[in-house]
Amino acid sequence: MKDARFKIANREALIGVALVIINFAIWFGFAYGLGEGDPKEYDFIWGFPAWFFYSCIAGTIFMIILIWIAIKVLFKDVSFHDEEDKA
Amino acid sequence: MIHWQVIIPLFVFLIIIFAIGFWANKQVRNSSSFLQEYFLGGREMGGFLLAMTMMATYGSASSFIGGPGVSYNLGLGWVLLAMAQLPAGYFVLMILGKKFAIISRRYEAITLIDFLKKRYDSNIVVFISAISIIVFLFASMTAQWVGGARLIESLTGLNYTVALLIFAVTVLVYVVIGGFRAVALTDALQGTIMIIGTIVLLIGTILAGGGIDNIMGSLLKENPQMLSPFGSDGSLTPLYVSTFWILIGLGVIGLPQIAVRAMSYKDSKSLHRAILIGTFGIGTIMFGMHLIGVLARPVTPGIEIADKVMPTLTLEVLPPVLAGIVLAAPMAAIMSTVNALLMLVSSTVVKDVYLNFINPQATDKQIKNRSFWVTTIIGLAVVLFSLNPPELLIMLNLFAFGGLESAFLWAVVFGLYWSKANKYGAISSMVVGLVMYIAIYRLAPNVFGMHTVTLPIIASLITFVLVSLGTQSKSSYNPTKF
Repeated sequence: MKDARFKIANREALIGVALVIINFAIWFGFAYGLGEGDPKEYDFIWGFPAWFFYSCIAGTIFMIILIWIAIKVLFKDVSFHDEEDKA
Repeated sequence: MIHWQVIIPLFVFLIIIFAIGFWANKQVRNSSSFLQEYFLGGREMGGFLLAMTMMATYGSASSFIGGPGVSYNLGLGWVLLAMAQLPAGYFVLMILGKKFAIISRRYEAITLIDFLKKRYDSNIVVFISAISIIVFLFASMTAQWVGGARLIESLTGLNYTVALLIFAVTVLVYVVIGGFRAVALTDALQGTIMIIGTIVLLIGTILAGGGIDNIMGSLLKENPQMLSPFGSDGSLTPLYVSTFWILIGLGVIGLPQIAVRAMSYKDSKSLHRAILIGTFGIGTIMFGMHLIGVLARPVTPGIEIADKVMPTLTLEVLPPVLAGIVLAAPMAAIMSTVNALLMLVSSTVVKDVYLNFINPQATDKQIKNRSFWVTTIIGLAVVLFSLNPPELLIMLNLFAFGGLESAFLWAVVFGLYWSKANKYGAISSMVVGLVMYIAIYRLAPNVFGMHTVTLPIIASLITFVLVSLGTQSKSSYNPTKF
């Protein structure tokens, strides 16, 4: 018998993988996309180099919001006890 | 020199922690299932507790002392690297997640090794796991212990031995009597202090440096590369920094002290809340503390010993009482890591070695007795080793990290998600991972410009899959339908 709860669990694990890929892409893309070249010619946002602002500050905040949405919308409540348990 | 303003908040902090230990001891004595209560806190943790204990266990001496020291010398590139730890907040809980919670209850698993044992039905798996946990985490505990004692030494002016004893007695008392529940509750307090301490010190440092613009200006004048993602000496290549995602982000699933927490929470809601709170907490601490290290450079220039950056900066930029509270943060980080490791090594010895191989028929009373004694003796042994402290704190710590990840990551992940995973796959991948990690670490660290952990993780993945597929006819044992 397949346990329906495992289907939910597997799906949520895949969502975790997807989130990490997005996280890595933002982190890597901004850091090395904007961080190449001479630091003297960097753009600055709130006093920070632009690559740092987008990759480490805005990117992190974006990820936390994305995780929050994923949990609210996609994650489901399941019981952890098997049915024969008294719970 | 004795700093009273630092000692008093630390002292108050220690008293509260003792009180928590005694309260938890009552729960331990009243519990109907000693093992589950002592080593898992009765599987009752809510979201906030789970998040805090994950974060506090994960955040250690290197996040508060070693890390900022490296940032001080390498610049913003090291903060970028530190941010690879963000997934430790959500990825681990999402992957282990509900499946691990359901299956560990079904197997009645108390430790990570329990889970592996029931899943793979193999004493060799238990043996390799137990040895690697005991060896690696003992080393890692010693490093943290030394860090804790050095910190007390530098803050209070007491000598190293006295500092070590104060630290050891505090941790040992509440862990030994209170078990996992005391560990989790003190972690909640310690985690909160870590977050608040980080925010206070970050603000204090920015103010002392005359604002971000000003600080970045000074850094640019001193060495423009401090502001680049490549580090002040250009040593942080994209490939090298990216492979840190495996070590400190994704591979964290394979750390037994983290994984065991993913079987100790109450329900789905706790998990969901913990993912959010934990990610926020880890993000704040890792970003804040490492950025503080960079900002410290113009504010308190010329610090030669990297480990002194954070304490020196705190005493310099914050008013006395606030400094005391902020300096309780690295204390808290160290304690909350040490207590988890102590609990884990003790549970490995009692549950996985003693009950498995030596005396499976032990009575409840015997188990109780052994648990208290084993925890105490391991704690005292660590103190003994710490008296003659080894040098490189971060190195030792990372050695344990990488070794455990190479051994456990795939055995845990495939054990949960791949029905064809069998004991031959698990054993061979653990051996390949461990041997390769140690060999590369000794012979050619960071080979091909990647962190040492990268190749062992990939090799143990390939080994696991090939061997499992090749031995299906011999063993397709799987106690759980997927």
